[in-house]
Amino acid sequence: MSIEISAKSIQPVRLTYGNLEERFGGKKPSSRYQEAVYDVQPTANFQYRPLWDKDHELYDVSRTAIVMEDWYSFTDPRQFYYGTYNIARSKQQDVAEHNFAFVDKRDLLEVMPEAVKQAAREILVPLRHVEWAANMNNCQITDECYGANFSALAMFNAMDRLGMAQYVTRLGLLLDGNETTSLDAGKKAWMEAPHWQPLRHAIEDMFVLDDWFELMVAQNFVLDGLVFPLLYDRFEKKLTSEGGATIAMLTEFMDDWYKETVRWTNALAKVTAKESKDNQDRLSSWVTQWGDRLSSAIEPIATKAFGENGVNELAEVKQALLARLAKQGLAV
Amino acid sequence: MPAKKLNLRKRYGLLTRGMGWETTHQKMDDVFPYDSFEGIKITDWDKWEDPFRLTMDAYWKFQAEKEKKLYAVIDSFAQNNGQTNLADASYLSAIKLFITGVTPIEYAAHRGFAHLGRHFRGDGARIACQMQAIDELRHQQTQVHTISHYNKHFNGLHDPFHQFDRVWYLSVPKSFSEDALSSGPFEFITSISFAFEYVLTNLLFVPFMSGAAYNGDMATVTFGFSAQSDESRHMTLGLEIIKFMLEQHEDNLPIVQRWMDKHFWRAYRLLALVAAMQDYMLTNSPMSWKEAWDVYFVENGGALFEDLSRYGLKMPKYHELATAEADHISHQIWSVFCSLGNATGFHTFLPTEEKMAWLSEKYPDTFDQYYRPRFEYWHQQQKDGTFEFQKGLPQLCQVCQIPMVFTEVQTDPMQISYRVTEHGGDKYHFCSDGCKDIFEHEPEKYVQAWLPVHQIYQGNCGGPTLPEVLEWYKFTPEDIGNYIGSQDHARWQEWTGEDKEVKQA
Repeated sequence: MSIEISAKSIQPVRLTYGNLEERFGGKKPSSRYQEAVYDVQPTANFQYRPLWDKDHELYDVSRTAIVMEDWYSFTDPRQFYYGTYNIARSKQQDVAEHNFAFVDKRDLLEVMPEAVKQAAREILVPLRHVEWAANMNNCQITDECYGANFSALAMFNAMDRLGMAQYVTRLGLLLDGNETTSLDAGKKAWMEAPHWQPLRHAIEDMFVLDDWFELMVAQNFVLDGLVFPLLYDRFEKKLTSEGGATIAMLTEFMDDWYKETVRWTNALAKVTAKESKDNQDRLSSWVTQWGDRLSSAIEPIATKAFGENGVNELAEVKQALLARLAKQGLAV
Repeated sequence: MPAKKLNLRKRYGLLTRGMGWETTHQKMDDVFPYDSFEGIKITDWDKWEDPFRLTMDAYWKFQAEKEKKLYAVIDSFAQNNGQTNLADASYLSAIKLFITGVTPIEYAAHRGFAHLGRHFRGDGARIACQMQAIDELRHQQTQVHTISHYNKHFNGLHDPFHQFDRVWYLSVPKSFSEDALSSGPFEFITSISFAFEYVLTNLLFVPFMSGAAYNGDMATVTFGFSAQSDESRHMTLGLEIIKFMLEQHEDNLPIVQRWMDKHFWRAYRLLALVAAMQDYMLTNSPMSWKEAWDVYFVENGGALFEDLSRYGLKMPKYHELATAEADHISHQIWSVFCSLGNATGFHTFLPTEEKMAWLSEKYPDTFDQYYRPRFEYWHQQQKDGTFEFQKGLPQLCQVCQIPMVFTEVQTDPMQISYRVTEHGGDKYHFCSDGCKDIFEHEPEKYVQAWLPVHQIYQGNCGGPTLPEVLEWYKFTPEDIGNYIGSQDHARWQEWTGEDKEVKQA
């Protein structure tokens, strides 16, 4: 049964903020995403040049070679503002918490073959450093980007990466009954083992990139586009087939996260490439350059993870990534 | 075999430390290029004590719960036309000042803390700054969402971000936040986390949020409660960074003291706008500016600096003057706004008899003597139909960018306080010794200031006439001028069927 509740009806004088009226016509109320991000960042009449970067204004379109007529052309397909972002992640962390508790309670790691555990220690645990670096890089993008749509997106991504570095750390602790043995071994491998060094080198070079959009491409398009499908998906499937399904339970967050991330990286690649031939060329060359550099940096890890199939697995992942980006209009 | 239990502290340590590393392919100084040029010496970042211990999973969980509650209230406020429950629609001038002057600096803080969250060399300090960076984004976004419903029913709220970059009185908060943003990371955090958030935040937060509670503004007060636990985290970060810098090296003390002096004065001058809001815009004022100053600065701030004296840190320079000015600044600033009400994006209105009685009681040493006659004179003019807004534009202080309206309160409260200095053959004008000192220490920075009045005269603000400038601001004729007779007032009368005047108690 539905009943009519009578409420006082008051006609509004306008339906949305002025900037959104100009953008979308003002015939209907704006979404919360639109209200939260559009035109929020200052664009004019800056008071002082930064002491730490006298060549630029505080917010400056020339911090990247990418040129956009309107930096708000890009819309996050997830429509994430702070509230929806946290609510989404809170649900995911509930699941993760449940999974960790379940594995712990049932001693599921106890019954896992030692070889699988060892593989997880060697391949997955050092990824906490990769996530940590991704946190720094996305924080760098938040700092230097142009537009509140970008700063919000990169900020959420930065915090996600910290969260995932922490989940990997918890996996490492759980593998060793809360001893730090594999965390310590993972750090040592990250710093010294030959198969991790090309990747660490590439990541350190990314730390000093000048162009935030190039960093966006290197980190969020390319590196993530290789690491997540290769290690959190294919490698874990391999572990599952060897009796390590429990590991996949503990990294479900990463799996879901990557599927979601692909949506906005696609949208961003598309809108940026579509803007101009120059942008398309620039993006394509960054993807090619970082695609080559990072795939060869990951190759020794792929070999370590998959044995002789490693090179093949990596090539397939890279091929899929390039095909996906080509579909968004990049010449790769 | 069950895993051994980790205590919370150890667990937190493992989840937040040891993931970063000493880079070898790039120099650490190139990876972290900005944390040494200010002269702050950090000998051991590992001595950093995290001011709060939150892992990301806990952060998401707590913040999501808060957001669900906040948005439920915002939705119900809109559905039930909560705006009709305000004490008076004139109260919204405070909210108009808030969304145009405060919300944009929340966004600025988001970007500034992201800069630190990337560029501090210490892992713990970076994470603490990142959490504040995302919190500040929260505040900007939730404020826009909270005030969205008011924008649908009232004028003056429609283009806050466009206006922040342009409007004459909004260059006060803009220059304040861009001063911090353009500084090095240690100065930024001293300015925002310590001088502003730790020492002075209650003077911003309490007037707006208690003001909302006292005036039937359920939407804003809910936001205020929701932001409180974020703010308390931010305050502990402010205290931690000061102690950390002072404990790391004795050479840091004079630098920190100078920043403290500078940013105390900068933040205090910004709060003059809040003082006027608190004493004049609020229909019902929970406490006067002077009362708030006495409690939150003189008492609480005094105790804080007593605690910090063991590090050698002294009370900020000119704090005695700020206390002496507490009897004056709200009246002085509101007078400026009333006389330039044809160029403000919020409505101005003269204090009612009831309000003036309250002001006399709260300011027994100054209101009746210096300020009541002015308001009574304007009241008479309005009655006679001879009241006119000022035609000329005021001279602005080169540093705080507030019109030159402050007076020599310690010697002659009727004498405007003018200070002047020369740099590169040009004269620069200031409202106070505090602002003049700031300029003289870094003249190359402050000569760059984008002073709205200069810019108008130079023809950079839409044109030479007031209507052109106002159009450039995106102020409509309905946004500006007296509250009485405004569209906001007319709508309010329509809903309440009464209220021919401003209602103030």
